[in-house]
Amino acid sequence: MTMCRLSSDQFRPGFRDAPMAELAIDIEGLAFAWSEGRPVLDVPHFAVRRGESVFLRGPSGSGKSTLLGIVSGVLAPGRGRIGVLGSDLGTLSGAERDAFRAAHVGLVFQMFNLLPYLSVLDNVLLPARFSSARRERARPDPVSEARRLLAELGIAATAITGRPVTELSIGQQQRVAVARALLGRPELVIADEPTSALDSDTRDAFLRLLMSECAAAGAALLFVSHDTALGALFNRRLSITEINRAEPHRERP
Amino acid sequence: MTPLVALAAQSLWNRRGSAALTVFAIAVSVTLLVGVETMRSGARESFARTISGTDLIVGARSGPINLLLYSVFRVGDATANVSWQSYELVSRHPDVAWTIPISLGDSHRGYRVMGTSGDYFLHYRYGNRQMLAFSAGQPFSDISDAVIGAEVARELGYSTGDEITLAHGIGAGSFSGHDEHPFRIAGILAPTGTPVDRAVHVSLDALAEIHEDWQGGARSQVDPSRHPHDGNDPGDSGGDTAARPLRAGITAFLVGMRAQNAVLQMQRALNEFRGEPLTAVIPGVALQQLWQIVGVADRALLIIASFVVLAGLIGMLTSILASLRERRREMAILRSVGARPLQVFALMLLEAGLLALAGVIVGVVAAHAILAGAAPVLASRYGLFMATAGPGVYDLLLAGAVVGAALVAGLVPAWLAYRNSLADGLTIRT
Repeated sequence: MTMCRLSSDQFRPGFRDAPMAELAIDIEGLAFAWSEGRPVLDVPHFAVRRGESVFLRGPSGSGKSTLLGIVSGVLAPGRGRIGVLGSDLGTLSGAERDAFRAAHVGLVFQMFNLLPYLSVLDNVLLPARFSSARRERARPDPVSEARRLLAELGIAATAITGRPVTELSIGQQQRVAVARALLGRPELVIADEPTSALDSDTRDAFLRLLMSECAAAGAALLFVSHDTALGALFNRRLSITEINRAEPHRERP
Repeated sequence: MTPLVALAAQSLWNRRGSAALTVFAIAVSVTLLVGVETMRSGARESFARTISGTDLIVGARSGPINLLLYSVFRVGDATANVSWQSYELVSRHPDVAWTIPISLGDSHRGYRVMGTSGDYFLHYRYGNRQMLAFSAGQPFSDISDAVIGAEVARELGYSTGDEITLAHGIGAGSFSGHDEHPFRIAGILAPTGTPVDRAVHVSLDALAEIHEDWQGGARSQVDPSRHPHDGNDPGDSGGDTAARPLRAGITAFLVGMRAQNAVLQMQRALNEFRGEPLTAVIPGVALQQLWQIVGVADRALLIIASFVVLAGLIGMLTSILASLRERRREMAILRSVGARPLQVFALMLLEAGLLALAGVIVGVVAAHAILAGAAPVLASRYGLFMATAGPGVYDLLLAGAVVGAALVAGLVPAWLAYRNSLADGLTIRT
């Protein structure tokens, strides 16, 4: 089990010299545009080490959602090498990228992470439904692993699992989302402003839980937020403007 | 696929209120469709059951359907009679096994009176070559005996031994009666589900006698133009009142041949008969021709029922489309945990399929439960015999067709969800 490592390269955008197998994210010369002539992303180089936690700060319209879409394999990269865990997503088909995401990436959104018609437990088990790799890595079995994760995140399985997810507080919902993102040990966890709907007390507790669980699972964490106050806990802090040379504009048409 | 089926089912269960309404709408339409189709085939079946075992129906020259209608269904009247001589000629033909004379024209409280011979109870067949059976009594043996159909007995509350009188002409409000010739009910036939149930049978001799008396009396001479017989009654035409029964002729007669291969030959001979203009029809052929006319109505019913099913499916489409907007978030979540856009597509399609399947199952079960409950009433009241005791091949085909149509309809929301999910990716739009 790899722990989150403290790095001396905290303010460098990437790790040009690190071997590929060491990198969770390894982007070279990425360019992406929703429409012709208006590039949203122009990222010459961006890398995240395995097990590393990176805080990515950026206002809306800076292209960060697009970047997360590309790294998680939902969007097809326009140009460049999108290395994620040693695979170049640019060479994969849409279905292969979906399968790759299911197997290797855990995602946590700002809010509304859970399917209202599934129980807490079934929500956590969703990745196991779509990926046999995640199912197999959830030891000893997905249900026990889901319960263990929920318990570690402070959600007593017995009290919660029977209740509809809509009755949970937002803080609880976000923690269930973290449990889901971590089920089956994905190597990369991407969190897109997961704390913005939380009040400050819950936010700090949530953040510590997220980081320690990622560390315990050995997952790299790419955390996106506009709240710079949260950055202190991370191995590395970056601004999207440091890695993206494209002019900021309205993110989506 | 299995996780998707479970997901679709759970998603539907979460919206079980509106899902139940959709299922209910489909179920009602399917119940209607199954009901109409079963009644339709029941009606066709009952229709074909009306007469069997008879090779030819012979009457005065007219259209085959008209002949069938007045001789078997007792609808309408014959335009002319068949002479007794022609009848005798045919009945004595060596290829002919039996003949049954039919003489119509009188009624009893709205039910038609049919004069015939004792052969009627021996040779007449209906349904699957079933003989007429008696629920009480026996065939007429005397000229004052009458045998009534099951419905006549039930509706008028008659039992054997009761006395009835016949009225001249058709209809409950017949002007003049044959009150001086009461009949005694000698037998009551078991229900057949055919027009036989609605007939009062007497012997030809009895008809001859009462009309002989009638004509011997003064009443028939008053104004022949007001006479309701229209030349269709045995004792009606001409003033000849000889003792010979029914010299004036009979309405029609049924023929059974000794050999099947002689039927067409006999039919042609009768149609080309020089003695008088006759029409001979093969019952099965005429029934089919008649059904082609009658069948239009029930095809129309079937089309209407199909449109009701279509309406049910459109209702389903509406409810799925309405849910699509609020479910874009759900699609993004599924994408985030690794669902492919194609799986999102399949999920929506499965929802449509599951709704339709549930609707079809509920509808078919309800339809058959209702039909099973109504079967005795339909059989005894309307002579409709339902062919299917439970769900059969037809229901399977129907289920397949409805679910198939639902899947086709489901392509619309599935495609929209697919497109949304490609466009939205992980962006959660609320």
